[in-house]
Amino acid sequence: MTGTPPRAATAPGRTPTNLTQGGQTKAGIGESTLRPDGTLKVTGEFAYSSDMWHEDMLWGFTLRSTVAHAEIRSIDTAEALATPGVYSVLTYDDLPTDVKNYGLEIQDTPVLAHGKVRHHGEPVALVAADHPETARRAAAKIKIDYAELPVVTDEASATAEGAPLIHENRTDHHIGHVPHPNIVHRQPIIRGDADEAAKKADVIVSGEYVFGMQDQAFLGPESGLAVPGEDGGVDLYVATQWLHSDLRQIAPVLGLPEEKVRMTLSGVGGAFGGREDLSMQIHACLLALRTGKPVKIVYNRFESFFGHVHRHPAKLWYEHGATKDGKLTHLKCRIVLDGGAYASASPAVVGNASSLAVGPYAVEDVDIEAIALYSNNPPCGAMRGFGAVQACFAYEAQMDKVAKKLGMDPVEFRQLNAMEQGTLMPTGQPVDSPAPVAELLRRVKAMPLPPEQQWLTAGAGADVRALPGGLSNTTHGEGVVRGVGYAVGIKNVGFSEGFDDYSTARVRMEVVGGEPVATVHTAMAEVGQGGVTVHAQIARTELGVQQVTIQPADTQVGSAGSTSASRQTYVTGGAVKNTCEHVREQVLELGRRKFGTYHPAWATAELLLEGGKVVTDGGEVLATLADVLEDAAVDLELEWRHRPTEPFDLRTGQGNGHVQYSFAAHRAVVEVDTELGLVKVIELACAQDVGKALNPLSVVGQIQGGTTQGLGVAVMEEIIVDPKTAKVRNPSFTDYLIPTILDTPTIPVDVLELADEHAPYGLRGIGEAPTLSSTPAVLAAIRNATGLELNKTPVRPEHLTGT
Amino acid sequence: MRVTFTVNGRRQEADDVWEGESLLYVLRERMGLPGSKNACEQGECGSCTVRLDGVPVCSCLVAAGQVEGRDVVTVEGLADFAKQRAEGGCASGVCGTGLDEAQQWQARPAGSRTGEQAELAPIQQAFIDAGAVQCGFCTPGLLVAADELLERNDSPSDADIREALSGNLCRCTGYEKILDAVRLAAARGENRTAGQGA
Ligand code: FES
Ligand code: FES
Repeated sequence: MTGTPPRAATAPGRTPTNLTQGGQTKAGIGESTLRPDGTLKVTGEFAYSSDMWHEDMLWGFTLRSTVAHAEIRSIDTAEALATPGVYSVLTYDDLPTDVKNYGLEIQDTPVLAHGKVRHHGEPVALVAADHPETARRAAAKIKIDYAELPVVTDEASATAEGAPLIHENRTDHHIGHVPHPNIVHRQPIIRGDADEAAKKADVIVSGEYVFGMQDQAFLGPESGLAVPGEDGGVDLYVATQWLHSDLRQIAPVLGLPEEKVRMTLSGVGGAFGGREDLSMQIHACLLALRTGKPVKIVYNRFESFFGHVHRHPAKLWYEHGATKDGKLTHLKCRIVLDGGAYASASPAVVGNASSLAVGPYAVEDVDIEAIALYSNNPPCGAMRGFGAVQACFAYEAQMDKVAKKLGMDPVEFRQLNAMEQGTLMPTGQPVDSPAPVAELLRRVKAMPLPPEQQWLTAGAGADVRALPGGLSNTTHGEGVVRGVGYAVGIKNVGFSEGFDDYSTARVRMEVVGGEPVATVHTAMAEVGQGGVTVHAQIARTELGVQQVTIQPADTQVGSAGSTSASRQTYVTGGAVKNTCEHVREQVLELGRRKFGTYHPAWATAELLLEGGKVVTDGGEVLATLADVLEDAAVDLELEWRHRPTEPFDLRTGQGNGHVQYSFAAHRAVVEVDTELGLVKVIELACAQDVGKALNPLSVVGQIQGGTTQGLGVAVMEEIIVDPKTAKVRNPSFTDYLIPTILDTPTIPVDVLELADEHAPYGLRGIGEAPTLSSTPAVLAAIRNATGLELNKTPVRPEHLTGT
Repeated sequence: MRVTFTVNGRRQEADDVWEGESLLYVLRERMGLPGSKNACEQGECGSCTVRLDGVPVCSCLVAAGQVEGRDVVTVEGLADFAKQRAEGGCASGVCGTGLDEAQQWQARPAGSRTGEQAELAPIQQAFIDAGAVQCGFCTPGLLVAADELLERNDSPSDADIREALSGNLCRCTGYEKILDAVRLAAARGENRTAGQGA
């Protein structure tokens, strides 16, 4: 048996640090500034959560349920505890307080299973040991006696007469209005009279669609380090999307006041919604507090598939009507989302799916219903574009079907019905900023098409690398057909339905070594999206400095809200801008007091901070910032809010529920080997309106990344759950496939910048919209190539060959 | 057991290594070189790619005992490795990156990391310039693989790049900017040999 790895280090050995950047020539907003964390990330120095290290640390491991639904008769930990090298084994009985559940909105998720398990992979016990393998082997010695229960896996089994209730004693605020206790939340949206409007339709088209369960599959596994403090508190270094939301859920379980749980964001290897819920946070803290030693937990990929919620799989029924001249008359639809065993973000996903069910189209008469189920499937919650993604898949398939029935061009049909500024959402809310839906479609359509049969090389026959099936040499071009498809989508930006969606920023300005320097401190989770880059750009622009330091995100500063819903640049970027403006005012006030008597412009002109100086709007220099500030520092922490929203009415769905919308359109070009059912996506062009591109390089990177995740769900990504046992069949990168560089085509991006006058700099959240439309565009292209109906994601070879 | 091997040009020893420990674990947890990443630990993602006697391998699939007496290059030594290659190898025998240098989170105090001072391999600089780094978790493995590609083939076609990097998953970027980065590094490399300046 070995001890802790022998290595000298301070305590803890690796933690996140400041990112300081100056001296770039392209540095302000609107410019493609390079990432301040770029150098650390390419040299391997950047401290991700799984890199956290303490010389005295133990390794934690989570024992998870092997069955989906069962009563726990007994748990025997004696043998595990007796294993040499093991410091602690914890079960539900060891939880320190009466708070034994957590959750984003509904506190229904047990820290460790008590009484029963509700899904495959649910955490049941924890082990801390001196080596990760010791912890794993000890956990395997824990004996659990399960009495299996029947599983609920879909709407029929969830709402059947006498169905087992997933949560027997619900007390949450949705229980009063849901039709069955196995339904988490239900949101109807009724506007106009869909039945009456249907009478005006010349064609009526209906369809049933199935959206598979997608996984965020971020590369950096769930991980972190909990270090017990001398004051009885704990320091937690962790990768998450929202530090303060974690804190609010962690502290009560530990029985500690929030100020004794000090959280620091450590490097995040992608998130995409999968880190909105807690994973190992409480577990590591419990083990650290129990053993008095630092505890690190790092999930392997297998465990990661159980450690976070997935994208809600969905069944969607749609009916559209249209007149001969191509105007949509009405929409009726029903969307059933499977939320799995715990609520997570299901209520918000229902809100999005229902309110965005029409898509970016003007339809006055709608009858919409969306529900989320409780089931024994894996819990589902937030993932990039949540709710809107599933709806977009269905309404875009419908648009093609209606256009076909009318004999119209699918893009022209969409343009004819496209919403624009001023259109009412089905919720009755007017779209009060640019909504360039027709224009985005026009732009993707106008891009030149990639040449046909690019795999034909001059004289030498086919280059199999460019064909469906690639190097596996399955075809030389015979039986390969091409198709082109289009789609467009709408996503809300920010948290909706009356949520107090604020953010906080602290900005300090001082002179260091003769240079004015700004320091920005927020609790924003940088998950790879580039928020740190943009914050530095904003500070440079507003404060006229070159050198900006970004402090690590932690709970020593107020909440920044979540890095999700495309909101962070809008809200925390807005908070940084707002705080900078106040700092600037105070700097100018200092200047006025010091130098105001020397030049009348101090009192009369519009003053700016530029190039380290105070200048008038006419360009006259009044003083250097170094002279104004001298030894003083201006230091402010302020909260900032976007305009308020309101909840949707529970019966009619009416209400001004959303802050802002973002729009993207895709054109997909695919080639399909119709003999083997293999698909090669040749190109996936995107046009998106971003309001204002604060950093064009990052904007394009986000759009390409989002597009690729949509491509993944179209042709390969799906968590497969056994319908009989509710067990996950493919929790590995061997069996859950995400696109490689060979699966991903070129992604030309056309960025449109139509400012939203309500948003900071006119910006529009961008992260999610490209994930919506790329999936239906690829499906449309495959349908176009094959003539098949294809109503399910992902499209698999057997769907194409009819085998 | 004790394992002795060369890491980034310098001889290192790891003691008390378990039979089943991977090279990745030894690098990350015993040597303090966490640059090689642990995204899947099942040989599917390439985040842990290092060079073993020059060949790119998934270090999560290599048992630590297998590297006895062999030569490993990680992302922490990539800049040095590229520099020596450009200069035609290590004549003096004191080249390479020591553990202390590589463990920079210990060697340098917090706050001094401007993120702009380090000397980088051309492929590292190209990844930054092309915007190929988002969360960056895939980056170390991609850099090691791409650097090896460019060593073999200084003007790869897009199909060559895709083939060489097909074992490295990235969830954030959509790969387009990674392609840009490799093209950029190749172009800069060609410029240098053609004497046109970088
Ligand atoms: S961590 Fe080694 S291949 Fe994924
Ligand atoms: S996985 Fe995040 S940048 Fe590649």
